[in-house]
Amino acid sequence: MESLIGLLVGAPLLGAALLLVGGRRLDRVGHWLATALAATSFVLAAVLFSDLLDREGEERVLHEHLFSWVPVADLRADVAFQLDQLSMTFVLLITSVGTLIHLYSIGYMAHDERRRRFFAYLNLFLGAMLLLVLADNYLLLYVGWEGVGLASFLLIGFWQHKPSAATAAKKAFIVNRVGDIGLSIAILLMFTTFGTFAFEPVLDGATGASEATLTGIGLMLLLAACGKSAQVPLQSWLGDAMEGPTPVSALIHAATMVTAGVYLITRSGAIFDAAPDAQTVVVVVGAVTLLFGAIVGCAKDDIKKALAGSTMSQIGYMMLAAGLGPVGYVFAIMHLVTHGFFKAGLFLGAGSVMHAMNDEVDMRRYGGLRRHMPVTFVTFGLAYLAIIGFPYLSGFFSKDEIIYAGFAKGGTEGWILGGVMLLGAALTAYYMTRIMLMTFFGEKRWQPDAHGHEPHPHEAPLTMTIPMIVLAFGSVFAGFLFDSGEAFVHWLEPVTGLEHGDSPVGHGTVGLAATAVMVVGVAGAWFQYGRRPVPAVAPTGRLLTRAARRDLLQDDFNHAAFVTPGNYLTRGLVYLDHKLVDGLVNGTAASFGGLSGRLRRVQNGFARSYAVSMFGGAALLIAATLLMRAV
Amino acid sequence: MNPENYLFLAALLFTLGASGVLLRRNAIVVFMCVELMLNASNLALVTFSRMHGNLDGQIMAFFVMVVAAAEVVVGLAVIVTVYRSRHSASVDDASLMKL
Amino acid sequence: MSFPLLTATALTPAIGAIATAAVPAARRTAAKWLALLFSLATVGFAAAVLLRFDTGAGADRFQLTESRSWIEDFGVRYELGVDGIGAVMIALTAVLLPFLIGAGWNDADEAEHEAANRRWRPTQGFFALMLMVEAMVIMSFAATDIFLFYIFFEAMLIPMYFLVGGFGDRAGELDEEGQSRQRSYAAVKFLLYNLAGGLIMLAAVIGLYVATADQLGTGTFSLQAILQARASGELDLATGTERWLFLGFFLAFAVKAPLWPLHTWLPNAMGEATAPVAVLITAVVDKVGTFAMLRFCLGLFPEASDWATPVVLVLALISIIYGALLALGQRDMKRLIAYASVSHFGFIVLGVFAMTSQGQSGATLYMINHGIATAALMLVAGFLISRRGSRLIADYGGVQKTAPVLAGTFLIGGLATLSLPGTGPFVSEFLVLVGTFSRYETVGVIACAGIVLAALYVLVLYQRTMTGPVKAGLEKLPDLRVRELAGGAPLIGLLIFLGVYPKPLTDIVNPAVEHTLSDVDQTDPAPHVVPEVEAAE
Repeated sequence: MESLIGLLVGAPLLGAALLLVGGRRLDRVGHWLATALAATSFVLAAVLFSDLLDREGEERVLHEHLFSWVPVADLRADVAFQLDQLSMTFVLLITSVGTLIHLYSIGYMAHDERRRRFFAYLNLFLGAMLLLVLADNYLLLYVGWEGVGLASFLLIGFWQHKPSAATAAKKAFIVNRVGDIGLSIAILLMFTTFGTFAFEPVLDGATGASEATLTGIGLMLLLAACGKSAQVPLQSWLGDAMEGPTPVSALIHAATMVTAGVYLITRSGAIFDAAPDAQTVVVVVGAVTLLFGAIVGCAKDDIKKALAGSTMSQIGYMMLAAGLGPVGYVFAIMHLVTHGFFKAGLFLGAGSVMHAMNDEVDMRRYGGLRRHMPVTFVTFGLAYLAIIGFPYLSGFFSKDEIIYAGFAKGGTEGWILGGVMLLGAALTAYYMTRIMLMTFFGEKRWQPDAHGHEPHPHEAPLTMTIPMIVLAFGSVFAGFLFDSGEAFVHWLEPVTGLEHGDSPVGHGTVGLAATAVMVVGVAGAWFQYGRRPVPAVAPTGRLLTRAARRDLLQDDFNHAAFVTPGNYLTRGLVYLDHKLVDGLVNGTAASFGGLSGRLRRVQNGFARSYAVSMFGGAALLIAATLLMRAV
Repeated sequence: MNPENYLFLAALLFTLGASGVLLRRNAIVVFMCVELMLNASNLALVTFSRMHGNLDGQIMAFFVMVVAAAEVVVGLAVIVTVYRSRHSASVDDASLMKL
Repeated sequence: MSFPLLTATALTPAIGAIATAAVPAARRTAAKWLALLFSLATVGFAAAVLLRFDTGAGADRFQLTESRSWIEDFGVRYELGVDGIGAVMIALTAVLLPFLIGAGWNDADEAEHEAANRRWRPTQGFFALMLMVEAMVIMSFAATDIFLFYIFFEAMLIPMYFLVGGFGDRAGELDEEGQSRQRSYAAVKFLLYNLAGGLIMLAAVIGLYVATADQLGTGTFSLQAILQARASGELDLATGTERWLFLGFFLAFAVKAPLWPLHTWLPNAMGEATAPVAVLITAVVDKVGTFAMLRFCLGLFPEASDWATPVVLVLALISIIYGALLALGQRDMKRLIAYASVSHFGFIVLGVFAMTSQGQSGATLYMINHGIATAALMLVAGFLISRRGSRLIADYGGVQKTAPVLAGTFLIGGLATLSLPGTGPFVSEFLVLVGTFSRYETVGVIACAGIVLAALYVLVLYQRTMTGPVKAGLEKLPDLRVRELAGGAPLIGLLIFLGVYPKPLTDIVNPAVEHTLSDVDQTDPAPHVVPEVEAAE
């Protein structure tokens, strides 16, 4: 059974290698090959899942040691896998959503001449992501971590001929690299503290280390998580990442890769549990991002960027839950899974709309699409209801639990966290309703594209609608399924632990409050966008609106704080290197040259001047000899 | 007679020759001054020979004469050639002996 | 006496050089094939060195040793031998050369054109000089006699000088005369810089001889003899003497490496030389510098090494950050790669002087991986430059549209340069960081900043040259030819292999590093907390 794990990771990696090396020969079958390999991974995951289910709670762990990777003295880094309930959950999410999106991409990318490459990159992503969640040590996790970063870089910049896409890809990679510094340093700290960076010894021994060290490790892990999961302050890349093809946004920048940060923190739970300061920072980051993303999401006209803001905000919820400790881990992961379904569904719906509207992304130029694209409308609508937490759809269960856990933190903090999350829920309802209304309702505001083609909206082909329908099912029923008999909680509890916090407000109250703020949010959006016609050009708005439309000035800040000074620094250094460092060298050379030039003047070619120096020299010698005699 | 006087004379002649080499431009005159220096040294050598009572100095003087003769042959040939090509016997005109 | 394998490994390219040089002017193609043949034969011998190398527990430190008397009056002997580090370095040199010869197949044509009416044969010369460099580099990796090492360390400057000064590619901005002036400036700078370092080392070499003569009765240049005498306590240099001698050696190696602030010759030389020669400089010749730090500086002068460590670490850190920042500011592709190399050499020196087994194993792997990665990146850049006739980044754009395979290969080379996990450089960079961090936390953390800067300069380069709309003049850019792909693909395969399974290398390198560490009398720092699981076992 264990050996299947290697196969599970290997299948998509093999696909990537085949498609990239195989060249044009595979152009015609490449996409099916890639999809088949993704499906293979899913089947293997299902087999492993059923195997785990046959075992008892504590026994549900599989290990596979493939080979020793980098052995140097005391340092042991192995290529080894660990499959437990937490990684199993991720594997199922990744392979199922991954396979669906492969299928969707067959239709979406049908007219792209580089489709084979696209599928190669998708497979590469799948392999790297599986490696990330299945690794049994932090170094191998790091390999997957950067591997998904690479796949994300390649896919965001897939349409490389567009400078904006190339820039966005580079930005994503570099911001992620900043986060990676955190992961590197965390691994280094683990090695110097524990002498290893495998999960089991580190997490089991975490309590033996000093709190300062653990806080350090925790904060560094958080930095890494911020980079990958687009949390404040490393959030700036996610909006731009929407330059990639929409299936990529659905798979990588909504359902799976961006949640890797939550995985990292949940996986390292033992470290955070022993470092309360680090936990507090995680909670703060989660809370800030939650609002940040929601505010940005409210202001964007680009459908994908609005959804990206939403993703950021939802991951903020997960991050916050993970920061709460054992009270929240399970619900963070639960929200992660349900979010994986409904957000992927939303993005695929958005892709379907763009596909129909000549790749238009501005919602101000949509409107009234529900009659033209019924399947997209229904699936998008169900996912919409799930994300705003409509009672008994999946978002309702997972988000309410997180809000409840926030209140359970207790004291003033509990009230603040709960309040922030309720505010976030209201904003979620607001921006999602806004998207819904601007896209599918109201009157047509369609405009011809740059080439003058009028849009003729039509329903997407089957390869695209099937994944949307399946995901819609997931969005509707996942929460109910997870919540029935607390199945999900019992499944994850052995890995993450579970505590029931002491909340000043009951479960029912939280549910009511969440539903109430949702209604407020929906109503607010309806008053603004449903009752009145949507203007085709965005109003200028007030200060906050303007800032939100510029992503709350994140890029302006980064430019002012890092890019501009960095440019000046490099330019200054290039100048200094040339003038000062190299100047010193050339100066030494030049001064020798100058000296020799002076000396050469003595050799003037006049025989009589040579004679003078001869006589002078002889006289000096004689004088010296006489002087020596005298002394 | 005190042999030291011959040495003073030799020194005087040598100095005269040396200043001639340094101060005159005509190659022939410079050449004659060189001869004067050589002969001054010859005089000194012979004097030393007399003072020490052995023949080493005189033998040395003969060598110098032979060298001087050879020098005259080569030197005059050079001067004549230079004069033919440059129409001048001034040593300062031939200042190309440098890099 | 057994077959002198090391001599044979070094002699093969030397004979090849003479044979290639002797090919008549009209038979240029034959000369190329002959050079390739000899470089491949060298690969065979180098493989034999690796295979014959015993990595068992009780194996000797220096293996495949040869010893003959040479200049007896001065105690100079012809002594060869390799430890694990030397063995893999020889393998790197041997493996890279066929690729460089293949990549430089037509590089001498320009010079051939200029030399139409003269009596010299540029093609023959180009390949003969390359093989000559290879022979000398292999000798300096194999020599265990310090004087012998010194001779080859210096002598390789001569063929390098002619390679840099005699052959180049078009820069795009300058006319022919300006270019040849630039080139000869670079060549002279390279020569003088290295010569100056080398002469200081010569003084130190003689000083060491005198010191051994003082204490042991007879002076010796033999590394093994000196190491033994040190270990037995017979040889104990006075602190001051040891420090001065260390500085003499270190300066020469730091110029060669090159370490900040002695780096300025590298961008000039790499920028002006053709791509294969640039690779030869940075991937092979410069490695002699860092290799020699590991073998000679630490082994001969442990106390002084310890004394100098703080300063060296700071210089290495400056190299890392400074090299990366300057790479960001370059307009010329090859100079950018040169400054990136300065940054990478900083990492290597950091690993060497961290005095931990991870650091030094990492530094050794880094030398290998950096050699291969830079070769991949630089050779592809060279192919690109030879197509467009310009080294300026601004002259390119959208190359991936017209030449996707070239762009892909370039990207992989670049990703390896930024140490992406899954490629060899990641393993080595991680080891260096671990090794450094476990002894000097702050230094390790600052060095981590290098990984962001590396991503910046590589991706900015990629973005500007390969993506975006196709620049004017590049619409018909041909993709990689079979010869070029045959040169690039194996290097990339090797990079990925070394990233996934570096164990064969670490197995060879680790024992040598343990020996070096015991020379300097250091042990790895222990972890602060011993996990209960391990303790229970």
